Amino acid sequence: MLMPAGSGDLYEKRKGVYPKAVDGFYRRLKWAIMAVTLIVYWGTPWLRWDRGPYAPDQAVLIDLAHRRFYMFAIEIWPHEFYYVAGLLIMAGIGLFLLTSAVGRAWCGYACPQTVWTDLFQHVERFIDGDRNAQIRLSHAPWNAAKLARRMAKWTIWLAIAFATGGAWIFYFADAPTLQHQYWTGTAAPVAYATTALLTATTLLLGGFMREQVCIYMCPWPRIQTAMLDEKSLVVTYKEWRGEKRGSVKKAQANPDQFGDCIDCNQCVAVCPTGIDIRDGAQVGCITCALCIDACDKVMAQVGRPRGLIDYCTQDDADRERQGGAPRPALRTLLRPRTIAYLTIWVGIGAAMLFMLTARTRIDISAQQDRNPIFVRLSDGAIRNAYTVKLRNMEARPRPMEVRVEGLDGARLWTDAMAREQADTRIMTSVPPDSVARLRIFIAAPASGPPRQDFSFTVRATDREGGGDREPARFERP
Amino acid sequence: MADDTEKRIDAATGTELKGHEWDGIAELDTPLPRWWLWTFYACILFAIGYVIAYPAIPMLHDYTRGLTGWSSRGALAKELAAREAEVAPLRRAIADTAITDLPGKPQLMQAAVEGGRAAFKVHCVQCHGSGAAGAKGYPNLNDDDWLWGGDLATIEQTITHGVRNPDHAETRVSIMPAFGRDQLLTAAQVNDVVAHVRVISRQDKPSPASQRGAQLFADNCAVCHGPDGKGTRALGAPNLTDGIWLYGGDTDTIHQTVWNSRQGVMPRWDDKLDKATIRMLAAYVHSLGGGEATPVEADNATTAQP
Repeated sequence: MLMPAGSGDLYEKRKGVYPKAVDGFYRRLKWAIMAVTLIVYWGTPWLRWDRGPYAPDQAVLIDLAHRRFYMFAIEIWPHEFYYVAGLLIMAGIGLFLLTSAVGRAWCGYACPQTVWTDLFQHVERFIDGDRNAQIRLSHAPWNAAKLARRMAKWTIWLAIAFATGGAWIFYFADAPTLQHQYWTGTAAPVAYATTALLTATTLLLGGFMREQVCIYMCPWPRIQTAMLDEKSLVVTYKEWRGEKRGSVKKAQANPDQFGDCIDCNQCVAVCPTGIDIRDGAQVGCITCALCIDACDKVMAQVGRPRGLIDYCTQDDADRERQGGAPRPALRTLLRPRTIAYLTIWVGIGAAMLFMLTARTRIDISAQQDRNPIFVRLSDGAIRNAYTVKLRNMEARPRPMEVRVEGLDGARLWTDAMAREQADTRIMTSVPPDSVARLRIFIAAPASGPPRQDFSFTVRATDREGGGDREPARFERP
Repeated sequence: MADDTEKRIDAATGTELKGHEWDGIAELDTPLPRWWLWTFYACILFAIGYVIAYPAIPMLHDYTRGLTGWSSRGALAKELAAREAEVAPLRRAIADTAITDLPGKPQLMQAAVEGGRAAFKVHCVQCHGSGAAGAKGYPNLNDDDWLWGGDLATIEQTITHGVRNPDHAETRVSIMPAFGRDQLLTAAQVNDVVAHVRVISRQDKPSPASQRGAQLFADNCAVCHGPDGKGTRALGAPNLTDGIWLYGGDTDTIHQTVWNSRQGVMPRWDDKLDKATIRMLAAYVHSLGGGEATPVEADNATTAQP
């Protein structure tokens, strides 16, 4: 391989990361968040929500075949997809808000890559033992014992990965039905393909790629690096307190020359991305705060105050470095930038909620036939044809009446009727939760302007009523 | 290049430098991960496999066809064949259903209309236009006026056998005499007949000429067009009293028609298309807005009585 002058290899071999088990406040927080996210992920498709006889009873369902998105009481139609766009924008701004307030909390606690890597690492510890045993095993020759451990670990990983990939498909179909179809081999091929793909990616990304995803593949750390400012909470090694590092023995011998850091390397040992936080803020730090737990424990053992490594903003770090008192972390959360993000985030949410509650449940649209634009009938009248769509967004069938306004002498009929049945209105019933498509013919006297604007109106004739109108045009020779 | 053994560290990032420098710009040593290299090699291997398996390298007169023998044309042919096989039962069902029974089977009817829409675009638009609106001499199929009849069976019959096909016994035939050219009527008489037709189509008010023409019409034209000019579908004789003209309703055009007669033709399709396609075309034409109900035959009507 070509070697450049004055340097080592062109490509870097992955350094093994064998994070040590740790306990503490942040570890427990991570446990809690992991439990919540996994329960939400695996449990959501199984929640039921009664929508009456005409709509699915799955609480959260992305029904691609029928182009509906159900989320509890909300039902989104394709023409309302901007709600989904709005949700994505909210998710984006939510990440901005989170980043500017508490730094890379998303990366450290809630990102699926972090959650599943964490889960896989627990499995690893369960099978292989803690950090030192893992290192020993990885250097051990391939014998039966190692093979057995590896097979056990990979099998459990595969099972988790399969459960992960398999759960995804339940968001797209009725979960109990699909579950039955899945195990009896009658589900759609795309269900099996999706499961296989997501199983493979979960196994690869969570089991083997791990921190490589965060460091090399994910764009988010770069974006977050740009979004962090001097008031964002980041995991900070307080080097003004820790330096100069030295063992407890050395520090006891010369207390003036050494800081609080006893160089025990526990912060490095527990790090899931294998970095040394004492090198300062870096792109590899996902702010999972496990090093805080590890360091606090050690500080307690050697009888020094906690928080040598702690959440701290850059401003506070500067203040403390010059001898100022540490400020409670909560104080840094409220500032113009976070308030602005919060305002925008809440504003979009409130606007969407308002539109959602105020949206119409009946809709009419009409498209005129363009070829031919008009047809002369044997009695001399002119006929135009329209494709009219009536949308009923209620989960029950609704009787509707279509009329025209502003077109004198117009008679309406559909392709399902004979012209002799033409009338000034068309009565129809629109099935629940669907769009009825009518081909409507309108005959009007030949005398009149060559292009005449009029309106289609639709009105529900049941007790609730309601309606809509659609401008259209009648054309003559 | 001298081997620079001394390691230089970039102060701002703490990263080692590669050791070379151009105009004061040095490169940090941030190596790519090795798995990225493997991914790169995997891509190369994939590319080699692809070149072997699929058509890849252009040659002078040909190209390397690849072991799989895949081609985009072949893939299309396969897709079309699969589609054909998919709709074959439907086509069979349409071919096996009498056209008058189609409306009773809405799904089959809808399939027939959609199939006819596609076939129309291939076989019929050359004369009837893409919207089936016709042109001078080519009937508009959207309207409610029919030369030979607008119910499903009649339309199917017309499409199957065509109009004025030579050497085809079942074709639709009607021969209008060229009254002027063949001197069956004098020039003045032709003018009178034209005047009468203008009156019965409510375009002109009665005049002495039209009154003379009325008698000429009864003697010469009524045998096909009917005494009141409303036409006879069995003979393909058009209704002269309505608002629709195949060639035109102005005096000059009617004069041309009476003088020379018109002999429009339409190909027969039974020797070009299969039964199902013709049936689908008929269903489509019927659906355009002027389709008529199947006439109830007398014996059917009596058997339908409870």
